[in-house]
Amino acid sequence: MSRSLMIGVDVGGTFTDVFVLDEATGEARVAKVPTTRPDQSGGFLAGIRAQVSDLARVASVVHGTTAGTNALLERKGARTGVITTAGFRDALEMRRRDRPRTWGLRGDFVPIVPRDLRIEVPERVLSCGTVRVPVDIAAVEAAGRALLDAGCEAVAILFVNSYANSENEARAAEALRAFWPNPHVSVSSEILPEIREFERFSTAALNAYLQPEVSGYLDRLERSLRSEDFGGEFLIVQSNGGVMSVDTACRVPVRTALSGPAAGVIAAAYIAGTAGFPDIITGDMGGTSFDVSLIAGGQAALAPQTSIDFGMVVRNPMIEIATIGAGGGSIAWVDKGGLLNIGPESAGSDPGPVAYGRGNDRPTVTDANIVLGRIDPARPIGGIARLDVEAARAAIAAHVGEPLGLGIEASAEAIIRVANSRMAGALRLVSVERGHDPKRFAYMPFGGGGALHAGALIAETGVGRAIVPRFPGVTSAMGCVIADMRQDFVQTVNTMTAQADTGALAALMQEHHDAGQAQLAAAGVSFAGREVVFELDMAYVGQTHTVAVPLPVELPEGRVRPPTREGILSAFEDAYMATYGRLLPGGVTRILNLRSAVIGLRPKFDLSTLAPGPDASLEAARRGSRPVHLGGSWHETAIWDRLSLPVGAVITGPAILDQPDTTILIEPGQAGEVDRFGNVIIAPALAGQEGK
Amino acid sequence: MSGDAPQGAGEIDPITLAVLAGRMEQIADEMDATLFRSAFNPIIAEAHDASHGLYHAATGETLVQGKSGLPIFVGVMAFAVKAVIDKADGDMSDGDIWVFNDAHIGGTHLSDMRLVRPYFHDGEVFCHLASVGHWHDVGGAVPGNYNPQATEVFQEAFVLPPVRLVRAGELQQDIVDILMRNTRLPQSAMGDLNGQLGALDLGAARLDALIAEYGAETVRAALDALSHRAERLARAEIAALPDGRWEAEDFLDNDGITDTPLPIRVAIEISGERLALDFTGTAPATAGPVNISRGTAIACIYVAIKHIFPVLPANAGVMRPIDVTIPEGSLLAAEFPAPTGGYTETILRMIDVIFACLAQAAPERVVANAYGTINALSIAGRRADGRRWVMFSFYGGGHGGAPEGDGLNHGNAPISTATIPPLEILESAYPVMFTQWALRPDSAGPGLHRGGLGAVYEIEVLEERGAEGFLFGERGRFPPRGVAGGGDAALNVFSYENAGEWANPPMVSKMVGIRLKQGERVRLETPGGGGYGPAADRAPGAVARDVRLGYVSPERADADYGPAWREVGA
Repeated sequence: MSRSLMIGVDVGGTFTDVFVLDEATGEARVAKVPTTRPDQSGGFLAGIRAQVSDLARVASVVHGTTAGTNALLERKGARTGVITTAGFRDALEMRRRDRPRTWGLRGDFVPIVPRDLRIEVPERVLSCGTVRVPVDIAAVEAAGRALLDAGCEAVAILFVNSYANSENEARAAEALRAFWPNPHVSVSSEILPEIREFERFSTAALNAYLQPEVSGYLDRLERSLRSEDFGGEFLIVQSNGGVMSVDTACRVPVRTALSGPAAGVIAAAYIAGTAGFPDIITGDMGGTSFDVSLIAGGQAALAPQTSIDFGMVVRNPMIEIATIGAGGGSIAWVDKGGLLNIGPESAGSDPGPVAYGRGNDRPTVTDANIVLGRIDPARPIGGIARLDVEAARAAIAAHVGEPLGLGIEASAEAIIRVANSRMAGALRLVSVERGHDPKRFAYMPFGGGGALHAGALIAETGVGRAIVPRFPGVTSAMGCVIADMRQDFVQTVNTMTAQADTGALAALMQEHHDAGQAQLAAAGVSFAGREVVFELDMAYVGQTHTVAVPLPVELPEGRVRPPTREGILSAFEDAYMATYGRLLPGGVTRILNLRSAVIGLRPKFDLSTLAPGPDASLEAARRGSRPVHLGGSWHETAIWDRLSLPVGAVITGPAILDQPDTTILIEPGQAGEVDRFGNVIIAPALAGQEGK
Repeated sequence: MSGDAPQGAGEIDPITLAVLAGRMEQIADEMDATLFRSAFNPIIAEAHDASHGLYHAATGETLVQGKSGLPIFVGVMAFAVKAVIDKADGDMSDGDIWVFNDAHIGGTHLSDMRLVRPYFHDGEVFCHLASVGHWHDVGGAVPGNYNPQATEVFQEAFVLPPVRLVRAGELQQDIVDILMRNTRLPQSAMGDLNGQLGALDLGAARLDALIAEYGAETVRAALDALSHRAERLARAEIAALPDGRWEAEDFLDNDGITDTPLPIRVAIEISGERLALDFTGTAPATAGPVNISRGTAIACIYVAIKHIFPVLPANAGVMRPIDVTIPEGSLLAAEFPAPTGGYTETILRMIDVIFACLAQAAPERVVANAYGTINALSIAGRRADGRRWVMFSFYGGGHGGAPEGDGLNHGNAPISTATIPPLEILESAYPVMFTQWALRPDSAGPGLHRGGLGAVYEIEVLEERGAEGFLFGERGRFPPRGVAGGGDAALNVFSYENAGEWANPPMVSKMVGIRLKQGERVRLETPGGGGYGPAADRAPGAVARDVRLGYVSPERADADYGPAWREVGA
């Protein structure tokens, strides 16, 4: 039997989502099952079995995982030791001399590796790469044994300037690996050969901290799959939105830090691109936060690093996600100066909004949506059978209405307007502030909460339209199936452009290229094509912030053709102009890092297989009406079953479209159209547009 | 100034107000972010020693300010804008941009280059946009401009009064030429100037869009309402404190010229919704550069207040219920041309005494003193090819113990949000090698919640031609204080190698012209933070953990906490 099934699995806090694609027929199916704890492999397999009876037919299982993120946030990684350069054992704890919050001077920092498990050894490399003190191997061995005796399961080797010359680190690693009882040895120059010791040390130490936990988890999953006749490939989504083999994930688990959200953004890019919108801003509204990403020309913006928590920096290319504290559970309150605020305090999903009746008595954004009739109190959300509208009304009256002198509905609308305005701020943050005109973009809400606010965000930010995917709740699982395989490399070069050794640079590019191609080949996955991308981090001498400079490079028969200094300089000037709008006349430029990406393009599937079937019709979709408060008054508003709407249906606002995992609000003056893939496209209504 | 409703303001509904508050904050934040990304010198790009905001058309008072800039600028920028308003005396045109660094009228020190752009709407000044950034070098006797032996501003830097850099949209190249001829690092300065102009352009464009969307009257009404709201918030916070009068005193080591301690005294009186701070009894203006202008002093009070009440916004309304007495002739109200280069040290001490004073009134609202010195260390020289290099950086220390827990190890100064450059970046840019970058055991003040640890930085000169060192620090004689019964932290110690011997500066924490040969080192051992609450109340298990981690030596643990920790085991 041929292996034709591709399966994407996203394990969330409440539900495990599964997306199954049959590459032979183009048919797609979805499943949603409860997440099992503590061993998530139960729900993982149950979700797959809900749609697939024979695992022998599965070509690949791709997993977007939050195991790494959660282990970091909950500080549940392994007991980890550090071996480092004499004089620098505290670099990891000293951070970059920051503090948790600007104002208040409060808050402590507890490093993931305590001071007594950070051991110094004699060794020193200079910034030019010269070995000033060769590494003392006997000291490394003694340090390793001391850490084992202290109960360490993982260890990181963190030497100063190892980005410039990795010799001392490599020798220490060889000595240590000779007797360390497991593969959990992280070496800073292997993980991230890039200048900036704290960022490199932090990334490598967090990697070591995650290795036992994440590789144990992935190993359990893989064994359960194999025990069910699964003979295909098991792949993991990275924070950069590409997938990697499970072996790579076990070696470099720190690359999974944003695995789950990255998969969602990748799917959003594909869905929107297919629907004809290559430029979108995605918004994921959860209980406590609103996460926004920008996709331009079908490409998600990548950020060079992120902080998982104060002082916990991971430096790896990752999908750029801007987060603000305005989720459904964010609390609305009026400060002593009379200003209405939303968040940052949140009721989350437990206890959740007042209407959940679980003990929170301060109003949230979701409570305002319930009071205004936008969420149907009779439809279960968050596992609650029936929402307590009266409690929500009382909370809004007490905490917002009285201090502002407004009625209950007006107060609820005020909460929504301020929340929308904060969400619009996040959209502007990733678009206007980066030089993108929002008019060119479509907004795509995914996850459960966002579609209620999509229409308002069109009005607030001037985005052209909103696109609500057919299954917003399983976007991340779908992204797993769509994601390309991607390997990123970095190497600090640190040279003046005018003196750059372009031959040596080409040799590094060749090395990255060959290593990436070898990893693609080893993964046993079929690709529709391959891409290689080179970028240089460059700046004028004296600047510390660099500009990413895409470098066009020819690769005849897989051999890198060396770039010229003139070509590099002109690419820099193009990139710098695009970023800052002015060049520095006569400025001397410098190349800091080479970044390379080797990408195996996965075959894409036809999203129209998800579209509504022939039995969908307006009649089948009609669900009557209910009063919804909009623009200052109650309107009797039509309710539709979203999944039963046929292709081409146009619903003019005000209207509510319901489906199991989300509610869509079409505001007065707007219309929603079902496109041929089943997406709902919301835009300002055209004259003469009406239900058909 | 009064607490009444703003006069002549249009009415604004609370929802539009909340929306506009966020939009205007975002404009200022975006100006900050633009300069951080495009600036040339690491003091702005990495340390974020810069700030942007919107200021009142007539008074220059702060209306909105970016959240990511340097905290001290939150209060001081209003004085810079006021200086330009006074100088222009009504003669302003659309498209003008003024520039100056004169610290006596604009606050802080001469390294801070201020650009002010009147923003016009319908032919009238609607508000001002301003940008301030710390330039790498602005001339003077010492590279980097921290000259502890200056007795006049002229030895610190060149002084530029407010002049038009851009006149009705035309860049005045003459002014640019003067600026660039007065710095050791013209390329860096030009890059920073460009970045600041870019930030102002962006602010103006965003304000255009906002006014087009909401109308000028609505935006103006929102600005008035925000100022009123800031005042109400401040009154409410003050009212929650107990009434009474308290005093506190602390000292600066010296002024760098004469080795005499300089008292900083404050008396705080709380009465209902009003709070008065009186600095009578503070030392007179000094010959050396630890003076500050009156504007800087008021800005510093603002920073202290905002640390105690983080909920207060960056808006001049906050200061209305606060009365300030700064004695004439004191080092907190210095007159031109008294030197002000070391202003950071003086305002850090002001914050320390304000915290120590308020700790007597409301110990749950404050933390113990942080390390209390910026430790501006400059190592400079020439390379074999004659090129000049200047490695200039500020160094960190511990934060104070807090009501809820221990202080932060190795944090940044309360007046700053600056991060420290990575040592690998410093080593790759300058001919030096760090031989130590570590926490400093026994540097924190003991207490129920001890202070955070200070640091040890040791730097060796690699350049064959040697180098010269300059230090501007403090807390060499008077340690950061504990509060609520907590103990004091360790002193700041600076040492340098000279002919095989370690030496210390005669002025303890300040020195110019330290000659360093290749292979010689300097070492900074910075203070931790003071302790919070009595050391006797600290859990023996917490003391045992501190000893196990090497934060506290066994000897000091015995001396400060008694032997109980030895029973617990590590």
